[in-house]
Amino acid sequence: MIDRGLDGGLARRLKALACTAPLHDLDARKAKLDWADATAYQMAEIALHTIDQVTVAMDFDTGASHEVIVRRLLPFIAAQAPHRARTEHEKVARWVLDNLLNVGTVDRGFRSIYGTVGPDGAYERRAFDFKLLVELSAPNGEIYLRATDEAINVLVGALDTDVESAQIAAEVKLENLIKRGRLADAKLAAEQARYRTVQYGETLRTILDATRRDVRSVDWEHAVPELLDSALEHIESRFQAENAILRNITKARDEAEDPGRKRSAAELVEIVTDCITRHTQLQARLQAAGAYFRAEQDRQQFAGPPRKGGVDVFGQLLVPTLGLGVGDAKAPVEAYFRAAIGPNTPGVATLPSLVSMLLRPAPERSTLVGELPEPELAPAEDANRFSEEHWGRADALLDLEEVPRRLSGLIEEARETDADLARLVVLRVLHAYSPEISGAVRGGERTALIAVDDGTPLDDPEFGGTDLLVTTAVLAEELAEAADETAEDSAGPDADSAPDMPAVPVTAEEVA
Amino acid sequence: MSAARDTAKDAESAARLIAYGLRPKQLPARDASYAELVRRYSEDREFTQLTQSVAAGLGLMVLDVSHQAGAVLAATDESAFEIKMDSYARQSKIRERRDTEKVMHGVIHLAVAALAFPRPDDLGNDTYVGRVSVDQVDAVVREACRILDERAAQAEANDDPPSDAPELEQAWRAYARRPETATTKDGRLAPDTTRGMISRALRFLSEQGFLVHINTDDGGTYRTTPRYQVQVRELAADAAFTELLDLDVVAISGEDGSLRAGSPGTL
Repeated sequence: MIDRGLDGGLARRLKALACTAPLHDLDARKAKLDWADATAYQMAEIALHTIDQVTVAMDFDTGASHEVIVRRLLPFIAAQAPHRARTEHEKVARWVLDNLLNVGTVDRGFRSIYGTVGPDGAYERRAFDFKLLVELSAPNGEIYLRATDEAINVLVGALDTDVESAQIAAEVKLENLIKRGRLADAKLAAEQARYRTVQYGETLRTILDATRRDVRSVDWEHAVPELLDSALEHIESRFQAENAILRNITKARDEAEDPGRKRSAAELVEIVTDCITRHTQLQARLQAAGAYFRAEQDRQQFAGPPRKGGVDVFGQLLVPTLGLGVGDAKAPVEAYFRAAIGPNTPGVATLPSLVSMLLRPAPERSTLVGELPEPELAPAEDANRFSEEHWGRADALLDLEEVPRRLSGLIEEARETDADLARLVVLRVLHAYSPEISGAVRGGERTALIAVDDGTPLDDPEFGGTDLLVTTAVLAEELAEAADETAEDSAGPDADSAPDMPAVPVTAEEVA
Repeated sequence: MSAARDTAKDAESAARLIAYGLRPKQLPARDASYAELVRRYSEDREFTQLTQSVAAGLGLMVLDVSHQAGAVLAATDESAFEIKMDSYARQSKIRERRDTEKVMHGVIHLAVAALAFPRPDDLGNDTYVGRVSVDQVDAVVREACRILDERAAQAEANDDPPSDAPELEQAWRAYARRPETATTKDGRLAPDTTRGMISRALRFLSEQGFLVHINTDDGGTYRTTPRYQVQVRELAADAAFTELLDLDVVAISGEDGSLRAGSPGTL
């Protein structure tokens, strides 16, 4: 029996820890990027800053688009590597953004596996899915970004508390800090207060959206008016508190002598001003809510007298189906789909229609996706590692008379000219180990290079393995078939037992 | 002699009525001979029988014949007219993922119907016209997911999916995890996202004559046709209901239906 304490708190902490994993992962992978030496950048910092920027840009309707976020990140990234090109900074910003979204996976999210103790006391592994940033679509069809609750929790930490009381606490703290003149701390507290304001507004937004979808679904008699009242009250008190703070820190800003302190006071003024703007927005929404309800009620009141009862599709079909496991949900969902989709009218091919279909000109693609950009083609890089000259010299070196030579000798001779030539020679000799005789015969060649392993180890600083014996075999057509069979016989077991192959002269570095 | 000729003629008429029904965008109101066949179907019992028999022979079921909807047909199992979910859902190479994909598509089709007919009354009321949009469908399913999430949180049992048995993951988690939208290189709707799947479903239903496209507000807004109402009421809802009954997960619902927005007390 495992200690039950493993559950609960541990799982929560593991989940919190998992949320930070994508950020660590960025720094772990930055060295592997091939388009820049990205080790100069602190990716986790950039990622946190990205989440910051996205969170700050969240308001009632939308958030910031990809472009805006990239633009806002640039100064921060440029500060880390000022001498690098702007295009590289932009690329880094996009890379971090894409990785926070986890572009490339279907769900665009992250999954972490954690262990917990089940009701029967057994250890079981479970999956925790989370996202840091999500892409949503605005009414005008644009795509914008929002930070998820997980991301805000990673960023600010321990936000999972009562919003109202936490906000009061933060503001009391803020006033204290200003009184004691600790502006850096005050800035942090002000920022936290702003994140809370954003979170508060976000909750209200979903409620108002729900109201718009269906009037009947919201209790407009008690619950919503109460909510609106308390929200307005909240705004009123926040207005008072924040205006007082604003007065205090404006004074602090103007009186401060130390430029650092003056700057942080100025930043604080900005944050608090932003908070006040957000409250104004929230208030405007709240005031419009009543009128909205009446308009929606007018639009939506059409309920006639009760008719013959049908199935409640939402409550009796959709919700129970969503609650089932994916495996169980398949049957009802397929039954519904088959019945709801109507009959398919199979197409019947007739010769005249087939002919006209085949003769029809291809549709103009340009009318579908707009003008095709002319691709800028860069000349392909020379894929040949060895030049013509290398090949010529290697040919000369390997043009052996009847006397066999040792590989070590060939390497030495080749190395006198060029280190690359030695590599080519080694590769060609390796290729000559078990050559395709019948192929050479079909190609009309009179001789073939053959390497034989006699067990002598190769003593060389660059290459390891066996010092092969290399010689030239003369090919006679009638012998070719028999020779090939023998070659296949000897190659067979080698291919099956790859690890037991004779130590062929090649190093790991060479294979890579 | 003349009786045999009459039978042949009747069979032809019955078959023609079915042929009209197979063209979902043709309506009796716009076609006098269609209207005449519909009238005959409702008045002539023998003709009704004959039409149903012809349909059954073809592998079709006559759900309803009315002036508003025309002849509403449905394919029976294994008929040539059947649309299989396998051919509709995008094929995924991983087997578990294929199931998830199917469930996602099915849930979306259910949500379209749930939004088109929010109350049980609306399904029964022949004059009711529902409206659905991509935005709303996504919002409704996500709201349902949120409610189930809250319910799960209240139950305090750990129901994160086991990592080694993906088929036990609840359908709402699979939906909630899927992104609503995603940027693509050419600026088109990404087909893997929920909005991409919803707009595909709505387009598909409008091709089947169940929805009519109104405008592009809210990601594409459609209104329902009487055919859709008949289809959902007479067949689809019951089919899914029976399956759910077998699984023993059916809720009792009041007259107003249960489509509700989130409770404001969650702040």
